[in-house]
Amino acid sequence: MNDAIVDTAINTHRITILQAINAALADALADDERVFVLGEDVGDAEGGGIVGVTAGLSKRFGDDRVRSTPISEQAIIGASIGAAIAGWKPVAEIMLMNFVTVAMDMIVNHAAKLRYMSGGKTSVPMVIRTMTGAGASTGGQHADYLEGWFAHTAGLKVVAPSTPEDAYGLLRSAIDDPDPVIFIENLISYGNKGPAPVSGHRVPLGKARVAVEGKDITIIAYSAMADRALQAAKILSQAGISAEIIDLRTISPWDQETVFASVAKTGRALVVHEAVKPFGPGAEVAATLSSEFFGRLKAPVERIGAPFTPVPFAKSLEDAFIPSPARIAHAAQKLVEQGKL
Amino acid sequence: MNDNYAVDGETRVEIYRRMALLKANDERSRKVIKTGRLMMPYYSYRGQECIPAALAVNLTDRDYLCTIYRGIHDMLAKGLPLKELWAEIAGRIDGSCKGKGGPMHLTSPDKGIMVTTGIVGSSMPIANGLALAAQLSGDGRVAVATFGDGASNIGAFHEALNMASVWKLPAIFLCQNNQYGEHTTYEKATSALRIADRAIAYNMPGVRVDGNDPLAVHAVTLEAIERARNGGGPTLIEAMTFRFHGHIYGDDDAYMDPARKKAAMEADPVPIYRASLIAGGFATEESLSRIETEIEAALDEAVEYALASPMPGEEELTTDVYAEGAAA
Repeated sequence: MNDAIVDTAINTHRITILQAINAALADALADDERVFVLGEDVGDAEGGGIVGVTAGLSKRFGDDRVRSTPISEQAIIGASIGAAIAGWKPVAEIMLMNFVTVAMDMIVNHAAKLRYMSGGKTSVPMVIRTMTGAGASTGGQHADYLEGWFAHTAGLKVVAPSTPEDAYGLLRSAIDDPDPVIFIENLISYGNKGPAPVSGHRVPLGKARVAVEGKDITIIAYSAMADRALQAAKILSQAGISAEIIDLRTISPWDQETVFASVAKTGRALVVHEAVKPFGPGAEVAATLSSEFFGRLKAPVERIGAPFTPVPFAKSLEDAFIPSPARIAHAAQKLVEQGKL
Repeated sequence: MNDNYAVDGETRVEIYRRMALLKANDERSRKVIKTGRLMMPYYSYRGQECIPAALAVNLTDRDYLCTIYRGIHDMLAKGLPLKELWAEIAGRIDGSCKGKGGPMHLTSPDKGIMVTTGIVGSSMPIANGLALAAQLSGDGRVAVATFGDGASNIGAFHEALNMASVWKLPAIFLCQNNQYGEHTTYEKATSALRIADRAIAYNMPGVRVDGNDPLAVHAVTLEAIERARNGGGPTLIEAMTFRFHGHIYGDDDAYMDPARKKAAMEADPVPIYRASLIAGGFATEESLSRIETEIEAALDEAVEYALASPMPGEEELTTDVYAEGAAA
């Protein structure tokens, strides 16, 4: 079985999330000449991206297909929308998620709505890659999780991977997708390693992954919080609690089938995200679960998110802002104990 | 009318045909709205007909257009079929967007009408993308963004013109300076004496033209289009005109200077150009009347068609959100 041998060989190789995203972009550029990459500093002359996500791509594919732009987020997204309507497949980088705020008109009023407003005559097959996440002492304007805004906008899809394999496979699927996709990368965990994806690997959008199986409680998370939920599961197992961890991977549309199957089994659910808790994606998941499982839950669905504050600078405050494995484990344990009453 | 322009008679008459179509369509729109048979936000373009009529004869269906909420004249001049237009503004299934876009979001890719935006300033960044597609493809197309004077004060204008110039995109930025941004006069809202001067900051040609002189508009748009097609990059054109009516149909125009408005309407460019064609021997009263009669008949047919077309069924509410249908 040659395939098995190849798979084994590849799976012993471990790469970082950053390398996986770089590989996904390279493979997409190689496979489809309509794909091009644009954003601030993405070209190799400018360093191949502020943290090197696009390193080597302009040297390999040329400055036309991997093009550095002015610091003009509206123009970057506008150029991507226009090119997408005309049949190209742009992958725009908005360096940091907070910078999407200056391009919100282009994203929300145009990219998201043109298919609908044109009655299906035009479509916008583009990807917006953006990085974010607290933990690097960048303060209030460089680290927000704003996925809730986009998940609340009809016409957009929202994706946030937590492993190299998922980052590769989801980005390839996002680029293939006929609609605009917001692809959120966690800045802090770019260096996390995992099994290298097989070239051409796809992870379908809208499909969650059961990262760890368990029977007492379902913890639903994504992006960096999926990692923290896994750490929480280890703490919980020491207390004799078996937590099932679901990495949502796609926030919109979210995989109700996988989450429902898990909650039907465990009877308890905790949703975790780094975005501030009020009006966050956790509220949508919790409300849906509460409705679907009314009368069958062993405990109320609970949510953990950052406190309702801007991201603070001081290390002590920043640490307190980001949901920790201990906090996740504590909340999960409370739910399990509550369910036993 | 200046007769030194090297524009053949056929083109001159074609420009008039489009101007007459735009004028008649505006008049018909206001009339039908007034009867209550049509309910929509209507932004009259009356007074601005020369600009798109003269531009559009220099474009092909393959060239791209991004226009704005006050843009029905731009689209009709570029070839938007009347029936598609009227069914759309009536919110009917046979409209260009199945009734889901309405007057502010008309789209007709077969005619190169790619985006109509209801957001001031947003036509320009997207036109850049269409121009970039043309540049990457090497297919010789150009992209035209139209917008009003008010849009030159919004950030997107500056980002878009800068990027277009840096990348030498085949784009034409056509400002229709109708002297008002919504209710506020140009003088009160705009620091530049001439919007065309703003091109200097972006290292691109900037031209101000009399937007009520179709042959002058024809000449400057032709030059800009040829420059774009030949790899010479973008141009900013400021076409001076005047909006005969208020910002939106139904407002009382109280913020418009009555004397200025009266003078502009007395200098209505459509009949002036019409008379010049006859005086210049390019057309006869009979030939132009025939064109106007044909337009009225086409409008009769389009209005009737639109109002007889069914409204979209409820199943349309959730389709076209995504390629595969709506999210759950």
